[in-house]
Amino acid sequence: MGGYLGSYATLGLLLAVGVLFFLVAMTANRLLRTNRPSAAKSTTYECGLDPVGGDWAQAQIRYYVYAYLYVLFAVEAVFLFPWAVIFDDPGFGMTAVVEMGIFVGVLALGLLYAWRKRVLQWT
Amino acid sequence: MTTADVLMLALGAVAVGAAAAVVTTRQIVRAGLWLVVALGSLAGLYLVLSAELVAWVQVLIYVGAVVVLLLFAVMLTRAPIGVSEDLDRSRWPGLLIGGGAGLGLAALLIDAYQWSTVDLADGAGAEEVGAAIFRSWVLPFEVLSVLLLAALVGAIVISRPDVSARVGR
Repeated sequence: MGGYLGSYATLGLLLAVGVLFFLVAMTANRLLRTNRPSAAKSTTYECGLDPVGGDWAQAQIRYYVYAYLYVLFAVEAVFLFPWAVIFDDPGFGMTAVVEMGIFVGVLALGLLYAWRKRVLQWT
Repeated sequence: MTTADVLMLALGAVAVGAAAAVVTTRQIVRAGLWLVVALGSLAGLYLVLSAELVAWVQVLIYVGAVVVLLLFAVMLTRAPIGVSEDLDRSRWPGLLIGGGAGLGLAALLIDAYQWSTVDLADGAGAEEVGAAIFRSWVLPFEVLSVLLLAALVGAIVISRPDVSARVGR
């Protein structure tokens, strides 16, 4: 298989081999190992201490800002791809670089704001 | 049927099945994870249609960022988590609206494109989009950065009471 779909078939084959490798390794492990489960073994391992409370805790709102920063810079990265493809073409050059510079600069203001408001600080 | 047709059908079936699982599961976190499958197979459909840029944007933004935001929103609001019996709204109006919108859009698209065919380009996309943005749509592109900045500042002010208190003082 060649052409466009063929190049992705190679990627798919690689993924399939990767999954197969994982399955074979884990199955071999399961077949060869001894299996003596006990109540103490199947409790959650938490640094050697007995786990306390439920397994689900409400997350702090401050994590949300990190997730949102990630969304923001993912959107920025998305616009960097088409820009990186064309900025060397005739008719773009310096203009495109300046335009992208303004875009990234405005978004960097957001990061600056978050930094100045100590949102990025942990304690 | 060509390979592309088979892949389209298979990925479409996965997308529809996962989307149905999103709205029928009783565990809200699983709904979010089914959404990953649905959006991911949609990205696969874009790949088959040789729209590589759109496909990877779909993976980066929707599968990555938006689902992370959704899961964070769940983790912030619904704790402890588990089977939620109150997830369902009345089913028939939802089915009617969802099915009606789907069938209506399908009828509209089938009517618009009839049986016209388009040759698939070999993984194009990025170059055309880049040329369009940096030639014709520069101003909306720059305004978009201001919009994103405003959204970030708003999210920080709303989510951090200490920040908004300092602003108010």
